[in-house]
Amino acid sequence: MAIATEKLIADLQSSFGSALSNFEQPYGLLTFQTNKDSIIPVLKYLNENEEYRFRFLTDVCAVHYPATKELAVVYHVQSMENNFRVRIKVFIPESNPKIPTATVLYESANWQERETYDFFGVLFEGHPNLKRILNVDDMVAFPLRKEHPLEDPNRIDKNDTYFGR
Amino acid sequence: MSDIKIVSAPEGIEGAGFFATRLDKVVGLARSHSLWPLPFATSCCGIEFMATMGSHYDFARFGSERPSFSPRQADLLMVMGTIAKKMGPVLKQVYLQMAEPRWVIAVGACASSGGIFDTYSVMQGIDEIIPVDVYVPGCPPRPEAIIDGFNRIQDLVKSESMRRRNLPEYQALMTNYGIK
Amino acid sequence: MAHIQLGNDSLEKETTTLNLGPTHPATHGVFQNVLEMDGERIVSAVSTIGYIHRAFEKIAEHRPYYQITPLTDRLNYCSSPINNFGWHLTVEKLLNIETPKRVDYMRIIIMELARISDHLICNGILGVDTGAFTGFLYLMQERENIYEIYEEICGARLTTNFGRVGGFERDFNDIAILKIKKFLATFPTVMKSFEDLFNRNRIFIDRTVGVGAISAEKALNYGFTGPCLRATGVDYDVRTANPYSSYNEFDFEIPVGTNGDTYDRYMVRNEEIWQSLRLIEQALAKMEKEPKGIFHADVPAYYLPEKQDVYANMESLIYHFKIVMGEVDMPKGELYNAVEGGNGELGFYLISEGGRSPYRLHFRRPCFIIYQAFAEIAKGSLLSDAIVTMSSLNVIAGELDA
Repeated sequence: MAIATEKLIADLQSSFGSALSNFEQPYGLLTFQTNKDSIIPVLKYLNENEEYRFRFLTDVCAVHYPATKELAVVYHVQSMENNFRVRIKVFIPESNPKIPTATVLYESANWQERETYDFFGVLFEGHPNLKRILNVDDMVAFPLRKEHPLEDPNRIDKNDTYFGR
Repeated sequence: MSDIKIVSAPEGIEGAGFFATRLDKVVGLARSHSLWPLPFATSCCGIEFMATMGSHYDFARFGSERPSFSPRQADLLMVMGTIAKKMGPVLKQVYLQMAEPRWVIAVGACASSGGIFDTYSVMQGIDEIIPVDVYVPGCPPRPEAIIDGFNRIQDLVKSESMRRRNLPEYQALMTNYGIK
Repeated sequence: MAHIQLGNDSLEKETTTLNLGPTHPATHGVFQNVLEMDGERIVSAVSTIGYIHRAFEKIAEHRPYYQITPLTDRLNYCSSPINNFGWHLTVEKLLNIETPKRVDYMRIIIMELARISDHLICNGILGVDTGAFTGFLYLMQERENIYEIYEEICGARLTTNFGRVGGFERDFNDIAILKIKKFLATFPTVMKSFEDLFNRNRIFIDRTVGVGAISAEKALNYGFTGPCLRATGVDYDVRTANPYSSYNEFDFEIPVGTNGDTYDRYMVRNEEIWQSLRLIEQALAKMEKEPKGIFHADVPAYYLPEKQDVYANMESLIYHFKIVMGEVDMPKGELYNAVEGGNGELGFYLISEGGRSPYRLHFRRPCFIIYQAFAEIAKGSLLSDAIVTMSSLNVIAGELDA
């Protein structure tokens, strides 16, 4: 019961038209972009379609692009019966990082979206409990953004001459 | 069976039915061979500690037959693994609940100095918040290294004076850490 | 934490809050659960994690590719070679490197040993949580044999930093092959005696059958993979779905449970240990048929040359310099690669912009995704059942928090 990639692309484009763009297949994995208003309908379409059956959300994460001041939220879904994976990207502006939550479809998005919020500050609208999960609760910065330093800036015991700085 | 070493008695005056020696020597002897550890295992070093407690390396033969998970009944806090900044207050609270005399051993590079994780979320060594007696380096240290660290603690315990916890230097150390 | 009002049929008016704190002998790792209890029964559970968050994904953006291998060790530290090879396979996919067959078979031997090691800890500790300490001691002794095999090949026991991009840093020497064969000969008897202690033990069955059950639909919705998903009846395994490292040439089965409860998870892990032993035997036989001495792919641009060549040969010196200083030309690309870790699908999402370090590296960690479901599984169960459930989900704190 394999999926033909061209048929999937054609079906998606006929259902969603111009909301989808940038279809490519880096290293054999079908990838496309959409916008934040269409992401939940696209995921729902892939989930409920009887032929495709993308019933498993593998991963939700984000990437920060400071050059264009955007955050990309990346979803990986897979269909276990058909053994097919798809990657969907949504670019949202840093100044207004809002996107609807995927917990309406998949329970596994719950903590993954909390982690994405914790690291990047992406606000998932409709999430039942959008709080920090891995960092300390009173942290204000979003550490995985590119401008945040790796090392703790408040250390007083590091002698820079030993570290070649 | 004959090459098992039994602890020798401290020097003292022996007679018919009595043995006179210094009190701190006897107390040190008894304490060092019956330390009850609190295994505060957070990550990979904890698995290596489990291997040390297994039958191959057998940690229990040094007197630690009963690892206590309650700080109120433990003598030795063995911190094994990375302590993140979120875990710091928990570690301090566990340390404060232990009764004197208490010792701390930092097992592994992460507990001693932050290890390979020089990041914003990891505490660079537990001696930022609690005083440490022995550091065992390694990532993770071999079970033989953990046992060696434990033997160093035993030496410290054996030779500790009865008054150490009341001396002004010790009080100053505690105030430095904010512990009363 | 607010108390929940209880109905008229319970003895108390509101629930008691119980903190199953980050430091607890029965939680295998540092995670906290604040439970609302009605007597012995759990009404609700709120999990807090992050007590060992070490910011791996941030560190990975600042390290060259070969220095990320020690980071991956510390994800699921009970089976670190699987994480190491998962990372190397990802980088090899990025660079389109094809490893020789012998390297694949060597990798399979080590990965299956790591899988056995992980399942041994999980099942041993499950025994300890139900009160049976003896099984744990038997299994820890066998893990020492696995540690000796690792030590013979890579030098370390636990956090192994195994292999390199393109293969291994040295070949398996004769002592290592001897130790592997000895392990294959002696381990089945110990495993059999462990199974005799537990599989039909009345107390163990009472403690684990029907405890912490989850249905297949719910498990898939929660994103379960690995033994916890296979215990519910879904036979998804990355080794057969997307075979890597020549797994498709081997003959092994995927054990599947029926109810998704703790007993099924325990039995699935036991069966996987037997299947791993089969795989190691087959891989050893296939490896001995291949020509000896091949232990890495021929990619001098990415694989450190031999030290004697560095001193004698100009190209080797240049390659050595470029690799160590991080001046290698990594291609730009974005890929997601998954391997079957001890707990499920361990995924690596790598975005490379051609620099010395990845632009973004995200680990899809199975323990993190599985543990979300704990609050729902524990609801309505007794406290002791919740402890056994948590133990059978095999949550490793390093992989939970990364």
